[in-house]
Parts: sequence; C-alpha cells; structure tokens
Amino acid sequence: MSEQIQTIDNPQTSIKPPNPRFQNAKNTFKKIRKSRNAVLGGLLILFFIIVSLVGPHLVPYDYDTQDVVNKLAPPSSEHWFGTDHFGRDIFSRIIHGMGITLGTGFAAVALGATVGVLFGIISGYYGGKIDTVIMRLMDILLAFPGILLALAIVSILGGSIINVIIAVAISSIPVFARIVRGSTLSVKKLEYIDAQKALGASDSRILFKHILPNVSSPIIVQATLSIAIAIISASGLSFLGLGAQPPSPEWGAMLSAGRNYLYSAPHVALFPGLAIVAVVLAFNVLGDGLRDALDPKMKD
Amino acid sequence: MPKELLKVTDLKQHFPIKGGILGRTVNHVKAVDGVTFDIYEGETLSIVGESGCGKSTTGRAILRLDEPTSGQVEFDGEDLLSFNKRRMNKERKNMQIIFQDPYASINPRQTVRQILNEAMEIQKVVPKKDREARIREIMDTVGLGPHQIDRMPHEFSGGQRQRIGIARALAVNPKLIIADEAVSALDVSIQAQVINLLKKLQKDFNLTYLFIAHDLGVVRHISDRVIVMYLGKIVEIADKKSLFSNPQHPYTKALLSAIPSTDMERKRERITLKGDVPSPIDPPTGCRFHTRCPFATEKCVNETPQLRQADYLKGGHQAACHYMEEIESGEHQPTR
Repeated sequence: MSEQIQTIDNPQTSIKPPNPRFQNAKNTFKKIRKSRNAVLGGLLILFFIIVSLVGPHLVPYDYDTQDVVNKLAPPSSEHWFGTDHFGRDIFSRIIHGMGITLGTGFAAVALGATVGVLFGIISGYYGGKIDTVIMRLMDILLAFPGILLALAIVSILGGSIINVIIAVAISSIPVFARIVRGSTLSVKKLEYIDAQKALGASDSRILFKHILPNVSSPIIVQATLSIAIAIISASGLSFLGLGAQPPSPEWGAMLSAGRNYLYSAPHVALFPGLAIVAVVLAFNVLGDGLRDALDPKMKD
Repeated sequence: MPKELLKVTDLKQHFPIKGGILGRTVNHVKAVDGVTFDIYEGETLSIVGESGCGKSTTGRAILRLDEPTSGQVEFDGEDLLSFNKRRMNKERKNMQIIFQDPYASINPRQTVRQILNEAMEIQKVVPKKDREARIREIMDTVGLGPHQIDRMPHEFSGGQRQRIGIARALAVNPKLIIADEAVSALDVSIQAQVINLLKKLQKDFNLTYLFIAHDLGVVRHISDRVIVMYLGKIVEIADKKSLFSNPQHPYTKALLSAIPSTDMERKRERITLKGDVPSPIDPPTGCRFHTRCPFATEKCVNETPQLRQADYLKGGHQAACHYMEEIESGEHQPTR
C-alpha cells in the first residue's frame, strides 16, 4: 500500500459540461420527457397559458359586448361557440376566462402549498408537541370535504375571486402538510443532515437548504394535481354564485348562467363545461406523468 | 505525557421507549451506560465492539448529535454539555465526524464546491475571497482533482464520496475527528486507501481520531489505543500492542480469537460465545457479560466489576473483570 494518493479518474478523458446544475436539470427533464403523459399534459398546459396571455387580444369580441338581437344564437361561423342570453360571444368569453381559471388555480395552490409545506417540514423536523398540534389541526381541516370547507370559508369571507383563492388555498393546505411531513421524516434521518448539524448549521439552513430540495419531487407532483382540484373547486364556488361576479367570464359562472337554457340552447352551458374539463384533464395528465417520471423507485 | 484533548466521564445515553395510548415513557434503551475515557492530542483511539454495543452512540453523544442523558464531555478543558446551542455550534469547528455510508452522508443535490463552501461559510473559517483556493487545496489533500470541483455526488464512486466526506470534515480545520465506521462500507482495496489517507492527514494536521469500528484488522492498523465495548460499557481499554498480545477480559479474548489467521503454525483456539447479546433495555445484573462468559460465577451475577489494572499489566491497560488475574494464572477454569 503506497502512501501516495492518486485521483481515480483522468482529467484528460473526462468530458464535462460547464454547468452541473444545468446538467442536473437536464437529467430531470430527460426523465420527464420519457413519460408521454407528462409531455402531453405539459404541452397542453403551455398552450392554455399562451392562449390566456395572447388570446384576449386576438378574439373578435370583448367579454361584455352585448348583442341582444342575437341572443342565444347557436354556433355559427360568426360566433364559433354561439352566444349567451345577453348575446355575448361565448368563444371570446371562454378565452377571456382562461386567465381567470388558470390564475385562480395557480394562486390558490401556490398559497396553499407554501403554507402546507412550511407546516409539514416543521412538523416532520421538530416532531414532538409541535408535530402533534400541527397534524391534529391538519386532521381537522382534512375531515371536511375540500369543496365543503371552501364553501364554508367563502360564505364567511364573502363572495369574490380573491376570497375563493383563499378558501381553496386553505382547503389544500393539509394535503401538502402530510406529504411533506412524511418525506421530511425520512430525509431528516439521513447522515448528511447529521453532518450539517455536526458542522453547526442553523435549523433554517438545514430545513430549507438541505431538506426542502430533497423532498421537492412529491411537492411538485402534488401541486400539479392540486391545481386541477383547485380549478374545479373555484369553478364550483363561482357556479354557486359565491366566486366571480357577473359580468366576469369565469367558466363556473358561465356554466351556472347556461343551466337555465339547457333545453333551448345547450351550447351556452356545454362550452364552458368542456373548457373546464379540458384544463382539469391536462393538469391531471401532467400530474400523473410527473409522478411516474419523478418516482424515486424508477431511477434509470 | 501528551495533553488530554477529550475527557469523557460517566457518559450515559438512555433512549426512552414510548408506549401505551398516552405515549408515556415505559422503559429505556440503555445504549451507553456509564462510559469513561480520555483521548490524548494526536492519538488514534479506537472503539470496537459488536453491533448494538453503543460505540456509534458514544461518538454521536460526544458531538451532541443526540443529547446524552448524563455525564461529562470535556473538550480542551471545557464541558461541552454545559454549552447552549449557539455556543456549541461555534465549538463544532473543533470536532467533526465522518460517517459510515458514503451514499447517505452527502447531500445528493450539492456539488463538491457547494458542500465544502457551505462548511466554511457556516463556521466562517476562511474569508470569502480565499475560499475558492482553499476548496481546491482541500480537494487536493484528500486526493480529488480540481476538475471534479463542480460534480454532483452521483458522479463519484463510494471511495471518492468518502473522500468528499473527509474533505467536508477537514474544511473547518478540526482538532478531533470522529470516524464512525468510516471505512466499513468500502471495498477492502478502497478501505486501505482511505485508511492511509486518514493516517497521512493525522500526520500533516496533527489530528486526533476517535475511530469507531468493528473490523479488528483495521483497528490494529490505525490505532494507538483501543477500547472494547460490550452492551453499553467499556470492558477493556489498552494500548494496541498490549490489547492484541495480552487481552484480559474474556470477551476481548473471544473477540480476538475470531480474527482469521494466516499463520498455520500458531493456530489459536477459537473461543465461541453462545447465545445472543442481551437486550440493552434490561441488561443483565453485575457483569453484563456473565450470561455468555465461560468463566462466570455467582460473583459476576451480583457484583459489577470496575475497570482496573492488574499488577502485572503495563501502561494504561485496564479491564473490567473480577477474575482476570486468576484466569491469567490458570487458577480459575471455565465454569461451563
């Protein structure tokens, strides 16, 4: 055994891209690309986002342009999805409403996930009494069906888009808290966390620099699936008249308005409904795909 | 006599067992039960023993990775257990740990540069502008090339990862390094490399090691002194030569007889211990080894033997057995 230490691999033969962070992201991207569902869902959502940003400037009508003479007109070349009971163009309204729908979904989940992840990571890391208090609180929230809880919160806060976002966010907190707590429990036992403690790292450094990045995969998957649920809940609340107020082109509200004409003019309710289905389906497909791709058991 | 760097006195680590509906503490696992020893500056002290004897727990308790139940840990004359969290974190730059599993001991989402940089950042040992140079220097010291600085852990082999773990420990210029089974998970050839690296670092930086292991061959190679633990207690402590040539405690004898020998001439008698290690929840009374000891008597069941030095032993060789003199002279024969 020689005292000399040699490096094991040879610098000449090793090919190395300049940025390893980028390489890591690229690997993750590669894995995601292997899942057809994730790609399909991702492209659809990208398409929806672009439509919500660009669409309102391209559609022929504003969302509140009324044309009472042509009210409840069936789909035609002029009004692709027909018109509603005020003669407003449904196609234009759906495109205008895309932003509201996606916005509520993203905002509610961003808010709910932030709070939920914070609760979960603290609960899992510290354990003991803090854990018991937080998790029992989450159990209480979880005991109510999500939509019912949101309904109760909105009826307390009053009906508006912002309150719907808050309500849906609150009802999505416990799911995140539970998932993150579970992952934190397994990650905090690993030796690299002990190594950070031995180095004298602060709790916040350990929590946010070392545990959070290593529990991010289930968070991402859950967030995607939660957006779909959030969109349904938000539309549901608007359908009940507790969310977006007229003349806002919110899809749930449009659906609600259309239900009065289901026999005479079914297209008024049909197209907003289909739009909700399409967006929710896209998020579900992406979520399932991501779950397959990011599952740690499926390392290539 | 060299200076004492670490002085551990009557260290106990009892883990509570919660049970029942109310989650009350129903019992304790007495993982470490009254351990006393010193480590001198610049030496390598090894702790050996079978799984579950409390050797790793001792190491973790010294660093307060798990808060010990009672006892004293003096480092450089100061009692570590009396420090508050802030003061303790400051003190941590003097003592570091190298872990067993090179796959679990480094964050999979950090590059080597980030790992080492963070260690220096936490303890503020190197000013920001000099860190880059220092990182390269440490990597060179542990045998990693500068081209590997931006690599992620998954791009390294087990031995290389262990070098990263060593580099991280070195980054804060510690005086004491606790190597918790640091080479057990590695291939034999890599073990040799890492052990030689540790030896070289000790020489270069005047490091003190607390080397926790179960492989007696490795211990024999690296140690100055050796502690043998059984069920949370020290059964024998001696310098390496004395322990390997003249073991006193029946447990140590059995342990040493299990080392495979290549010497056909001097074939030793293999002492086979019967039964399992008793549970540390409810350890045996008196000498903890009496349930398996071939020499056990009534006295061993009732009286707990203290660590002591027999008249004929030299240096700091101590063992915790009532009958070591009698066994040595052949007066006391196996009772079963």
